[in-house]
Amino acid sequence: MDGARASARFGPLLAGLTAVAVCLGAWQAIAALGLVSNLIAPPPSAIAASFPALIAEEGLFPRFAQTFAEAFIAAGLAVVVGTPFGWWLHAKRWAGRAYESWVATFAAAPLVLLYPLFLVILGRNAGTIIAMSFLTAMPAVVLKTKEGLDGIRPVLVNVGRSFGLGESQLFWKILLPASVPTICNGVRLGLIYALISVVGIEFLINFGGLGELIDDLAQRWETAMMYGAISFVVLTSMCFFYLTEKLERWIRPG
Amino acid sequence: MDQARLSARHFLGSVTALRVATLIVLFLAWEAVAASGWLFEGVVPSSFKIGAALWDLLTSGAFYSNIELTLGEAAISVVLGAGAGIAVGLALGRSRFAGTAFEPYLHYLAPTPKIVFLPILLVLFGIGPGSKIAMGTLSCFFPMALSVASGVRQVDPVLLRVGHSFNLGRVAMIRKIYLPALVPPIATGLKLGLGVAIIGCLLAEIKMSNRGLGFLIMQYYSQFRIPYMYAALIVAFAVAALGNALIARFVRLPGR
Repeated sequence: MDGARASARFGPLLAGLTAVAVCLGAWQAIAALGLVSNLIAPPPSAIAASFPALIAEEGLFPRFAQTFAEAFIAAGLAVVVGTPFGWWLHAKRWAGRAYESWVATFAAAPLVLLYPLFLVILGRNAGTIIAMSFLTAMPAVVLKTKEGLDGIRPVLVNVGRSFGLGESQLFWKILLPASVPTICNGVRLGLIYALISVVGIEFLINFGGLGELIDDLAQRWETAMMYGAISFVVLTSMCFFYLTEKLERWIRPG
Repeated sequence: MDQARLSARHFLGSVTALRVATLIVLFLAWEAVAASGWLFEGVVPSSFKIGAALWDLLTSGAFYSNIELTLGEAAISVVLGAGAGIAVGLALGRSRFAGTAFEPYLHYLAPTPKIVFLPILLVLFGIGPGSKIAMGTLSCFFPMALSVASGVRQVDPVLLRVGHSFNLGRVAMIRKIYLPALVPPIATGLKLGLGVAIIGCLLAEIKMSNRGLGFLIMQYYSQFRIPYMYAALIVAFAVAALGNALIARFVRLPGR
């Protein structure tokens, strides 16, 4: 019984990892047989061997720190501006009706295409990266804050009012605690959007952390290191999304 | 009752007035910044200059060849990305084992910044439309695969039992049961996928190409023809919005 349960639990995990290993093995064999040029697709062993140079010569970890710092600053700004804005859209019915659909349109707009405009206005620097990522992250925070506040059961607010709570007490004791799970979801989405935007813009404007590193390596035809840096970005992003999802589940009740 | 209707109409009228007032304030603020020269000269051109540039673009034949190329790349990307996404989504959704084994990889790979794959796509497909189509395909694949996989798991079990009791084979089950039941998730996947495919193609063009709408935006930027850059950006946003509107219309159809 225990064996069956363990196989049901670990079987798919093992199958997933085996499939990844088989793909990497096939790629290695194709490269070893010379079917694809190493300049186009270097073998996984060469990509793995490039990591010491990526760390020592290309400053992989400081670049990682820079990229994540920019993403956290942009997401932090989005929270600082977006949460009160979302509360305002909830508190003033006319503002919610007038502007919520605009914020939703803004969220769906391909803002990243505006980067030449930001280059002209702010220059090729971290300011452009943070400003654009802030704009990308903010709509999610605004919309989720409003959604969280709108979704509070009226009975909770009525109980607060029947105990004679003022507007400020009502906000701190009822509205905020009841909407925290949805707001946390907005903050998580904001962080994800900010990270995607930071890496993308660093790559496009060839400035900053991991995005610039990939572009630099591509221009120098350091293909093995380029694949290594791309793998690193993908793996760290996946770990980051996994951890923020776990954190959000931990915060969310039920 | 009439009183309530009147007050609702008054409220909606005030909301519209507020929106119009906001647009007027934004327009005047833009014109004031343009006229003041607070930012570098020409960085914020008057909206009339942008309008003239937009007219110039829309009346030039060469502009349409660039738009055609971008739209063609996006269309091919959607066909390839959505096709692959539907196939993978069906495979993952129909088998609980496959879904548990492989879907977490898709789930966490989906939000990673796809633009970082562009150097690999350029190496594989060159700087022509091939790398742009590959970028759009990659972007479109993930939302479609995840939407279809989740949709397959929500197909009514009664429909599946009916299919099995009629002894339908695998292909017939997909054609007669799964695909008709999957129209809403496919439509949702298309809605998400089309937007990211257009953005993927445009970004790839902006980064490295010699034709297309994205290329035009970068060309105007490097020549410092700022009103034309704004005009091309307006067209790019309009293309993305039009694509979303078309799909949104399509998404509503299954519910009718």
